[in-house]
Amino acid sequence: MSQVEYIAPTSPEQASAALLAAGARPLGGGTDLLVQLRAGRVAAGVIVDIKRIPEAIGIRQEGGGFVIGAATPGITLSEHRALCLAWPGVVEAANLIGSTQIQGRASMAGNLCNASPAADSVPALVAARATCLVVGPGGRRTAAVESIAVGPGRTSLAAGEFVLEIHLPARPARSGDAYLRFIPRTEMDIAVVGAAVNLTLDASGVITDAHVSLGAVAPTVLLVPEAAAALIGSRLDDAALDRLDAAARAACHPISDKRGTLEFRTKIAGVLARRAAVIAYGRAEKRA
Amino acid sequence: MSKRQHISAVVNGDPVEFLSDAGTTLLDALRDQLGLTGSKEGCGSGDCGACSVMLDGRLVCSCLVLAVEAEGRRVETIEGLAEGGVLHPLQQKFLEHAALQCGFCTPGILVAAKALLEANPDPTESETRYWLAGNLCRCTGYDKIIRAVMDTAAELRQVRV
Repeated sequence: MSQVEYIAPTSPEQASAALLAAGARPLGGGTDLLVQLRAGRVAAGVIVDIKRIPEAIGIRQEGGGFVIGAATPGITLSEHRALCLAWPGVVEAANLIGSTQIQGRASMAGNLCNASPAADSVPALVAARATCLVVGPGGRRTAAVESIAVGPGRTSLAAGEFVLEIHLPARPARSGDAYLRFIPRTEMDIAVVGAAVNLTLDASGVITDAHVSLGAVAPTVLLVPEAAAALIGSRLDDAALDRLDAAARAACHPISDKRGTLEFRTKIAGVLARRAAVIAYGRAEKRA
Repeated sequence: MSKRQHISAVVNGDPVEFLSDAGTTLLDALRDQLGLTGSKEGCGSGDCGACSVMLDGRLVCSCLVLAVEAEGRRVETIEGLAEGGVLHPLQQKFLEHAALQCGFCTPGILVAAKALLEANPDPTESETRYWLAGNLCRCTGYDKIIRAVMDTAAELRQVRV
């Protein structure tokens, strides 16, 4: 790990130029990158620390939504009252990652670009219909969160590109979101399955908009429109929950490994989608 | 190959300067360059918390921070806990409750517990256990550690009143 160079640019364009170098890697909180470098899984020539770029740090309210700098640590999210009120599911998903120490460093954009199918914050961001501001040699572009990971450990980002910001959209009244994961212990583990649900209700409690996302049941985090369609037009009655459960299970194509079998993951995806929908619905009713 | 970089930071209130390779962790710089060997390396991957320090007021694993990232930042380590030879109340309570055996995890736990009590002077036992979930101890079974932290919190609340 000593044969590396370190630079800390102060503008996105400088960072993008530096990331064009062979083996260059962006550094946010480092909770994945430094572990991978040490284990020899990644050979970085240049570490490009993005934390000195002003846009990459902090939470800003813009146009009714939120802009979250790519290197903003998880603990900062939980301290932002307005963000916690608008997007409790996103904040709880991000805060499930690791320990207090990890929360002091780890960011959602890092979680996204590490491209693990089990990344906890990603299903919540996908269900929230969050987008990324990607900066690269060709300028800036906006990308859907679910378009970033293309397989375990692989992203769609081109040479010199990195995520500068995550954008959460403006929130209609009577909206709520939730994220749940299954792990065999209470803390500090990797999701065996994760499920996020984001709902908007009309004045009579009918679901008018829904988004459902599942983690750790496919090579990438999934957006499941069939599961969302199962909820729209309902008041989350038992029949709607049964349809959600079935649609969630139908979308799964997980691997079997030591943390969970294909059959277990598929069943649990349906269970967690149901439970997350109930929580999201309750939150939406309270957000008048 | 890589050239050493000159780093200026503030460690336990004192300005320090040192040279570091780009790939050196803050933990290694604290221990090997600055002689602050209280922070320990347990796992080197952010799982055990034995290297816990405060970086600009945030609890972090110093094994997952590059030394060069500390440029212009404030670092607080276990060596800054006792003041002028007087133990911090947490250190005193850890002794009274025998909340350590081999002691390897203790510096990290004390730094993490201090951060907890600063953020939340009246934590529940459950909050304390979750906050310290990133600090592994293979000797004590945690009970005495939790009791020592809860007792310190209670005492500090009395002092404030």
